[in-house]
Amino acid sequence: MNILAKKKTSPVKRTAKDKLMYVKKNWQLYLFFLMPALLLTIIFKYLPMGGVLIAFEDYNVIDGILGSEWVGLEYFKRFLSSPDFMEYLMNTLKLSAFGLLWGFPIPIILALLLNRIRREGIRKKIQLLIYAPNFISVIVLCGMVRMFLSPVGPINSLLGIDTNWMTMPSAFRTIYIASGIWQTAGWSSIMYTAALANASKDLEEAAIVDGANIFQQIRYVELPAIKNIIVIQFILQAGNIMSIGFEKAFALQTDMNLPASEILSTYVYRMGLLNGDYGYSTAVGLFNAIINVILLIAVNWVVKKLNDGEGL
Amino acid sequence: METRRKMKLGTSDKVILGIGYTVLGIFVLSILIPLVYILMASFMDPNVLNSRGISLNFKDWTLDAYRRVLENDMIWRGFFNSFFYSAAFTVISVFITLLAAYPMSKKEFVGRKFFNTIFLITMFFGGGMIPTFILINQLHMVNTIWAILLPGAFNVWNMILARTYYQSIPKELREASSIDGANEIQHFFKVMLPVCKPIIAVLALWSFVGMWNSYFDAMIYLNDAELQPLQLVLRSILVQNTPQPGMIADIQSTAEMAKVAELLKYATIVVSSLPLLIMYPFFQKYFDKGIMVGSVKG
Repeated sequence: MNILAKKKTSPVKRTAKDKLMYVKKNWQLYLFFLMPALLLTIIFKYLPMGGVLIAFEDYNVIDGILGSEWVGLEYFKRFLSSPDFMEYLMNTLKLSAFGLLWGFPIPIILALLLNRIRREGIRKKIQLLIYAPNFISVIVLCGMVRMFLSPVGPINSLLGIDTNWMTMPSAFRTIYIASGIWQTAGWSSIMYTAALANASKDLEEAAIVDGANIFQQIRYVELPAIKNIIVIQFILQAGNIMSIGFEKAFALQTDMNLPASEILSTYVYRMGLLNGDYGYSTAVGLFNAIINVILLIAVNWVVKKLNDGEGL
Repeated sequence: METRRKMKLGTSDKVILGIGYTVLGIFVLSILIPLVYILMASFMDPNVLNSRGISLNFKDWTLDAYRRVLENDMIWRGFFNSFFYSAAFTVISVFITLLAAYPMSKKEFVGRKFFNTIFLITMFFGGGMIPTFILINQLHMVNTIWAILLPGAFNVWNMILARTYYQSIPKELREASSIDGANEIQHFFKVMLPVCKPIIAVLALWSFVGMWNSYFDAMIYLNDAELQPLQLVLRSILVQNTPQPGMIADIQSTAEMAKVAELLKYATIVVSSLPLLIMYPFFQKYFDKGIMVGSVKG
């Protein structure tokens, strides 16, 4: 089967008849292998995409998505002119941009330091420890943060004060980003560590024999080995700047820190699922998703340029 | 290698290395101290913890918090639910993903480009929270486990990883088994799955951990207290500050209650996080492998 197909594909373009033959002969590939995934995708991904029509109508359950009254761009006008929305948009952007700025270099530095440790046993133990927080759930992490920072918590008693950090909007971003680094920096370093381990040892040996100091070794041997991964990772994360997750921000929110902690996804949840304002919140979500797509397309374009015409 | 490195180490290099190791040491300590603190605090007598903090005197230690946590039905039910959801999700998700990746790994598969586009679009764009919520409602899946199992069961990124892995397997295997008269389904189960164990392990672990640690879907779709996974029980204890009523019902004074409630949080964290923290070192090598598969790029 396979041999035949191969002979047909490689030299010339297959005709429609060839393709039909292939589908008939390999029906199992379509009905058994692909169908479950395809059905799930259509039902749970594409149907909700159709559901974004709600963003343009006064949705009510009885009339359904197709029967409800159209309101055009009313919701978009409403949130684009609302100062609250602009604040939440800025919160979203700041949270992920600063998160990227602080969080991105640390795994690289960690990997470079780990790579210096020649005693395998010690390195393995350190790695095991710094990966561990990645397996703690968001809820437990946020619970820990709340306990450590509570007015009677260990951090306050260490400093001899009783500040209620969780109620301070000015402290929210620092708390969010620092706890994020605590949880994921170790885990994110795996990729760099793996690339460094695969880097040419001979080159490093040669550099050492030539008397290169540590900075020169890092600059000429180690960084070039992980340069590609650094670039791809940075671009990918930059492309995801608008899709910062719901779960952690929501679990760190208090009524008092909302001015800094309300981001678009939690705003959509509040307006839509708690207040029942489906149309408005869908419009906000759609706006967010569209900016996301634009960012990702831009990012993919950049990757293609850098990656000899191959996108992601 | 080691001796040569030592021989060539100049003074300035020693200083730099010293600074580097110090930084690494600080980072390691910053990870270790909170974890150790929580572990130790969970054994403290509530009054001692409240007034003096951690004490190393064994007279101040107690298992009271663990007794209260482990006697609580909600915690146990949460554990059971979470385990069931994570296991079921892992089986469904990995199976569907592995299946779909198989035809997508074949260069000659007719429609490969088309299906690929269909799948990839969902990685970039989605209907969002509200339309998905309305759909799940209309499908009458609220308060059923399907609401949290099915929508995320097919994972495009995992499919790409599996596809990349399949492509690294020599095509001769398929040719050999088709000479033996095996069709694609037989070939998949008898030949492909056994040689794909590493990638299956990686996908299974990621699916399990992901489901175990998430709470959003359960929060909006499972209102029934009986169905709630561990993370939602934890959320009410740790984030919303409402200890499970049964845990502190026997305590008389309000002040005492508050202290014990605080202590219970530590024990709850330990009890709920320990299973994954103990298990993950055993799967370490698979995670490393998974990262490598991922970095090969699909």
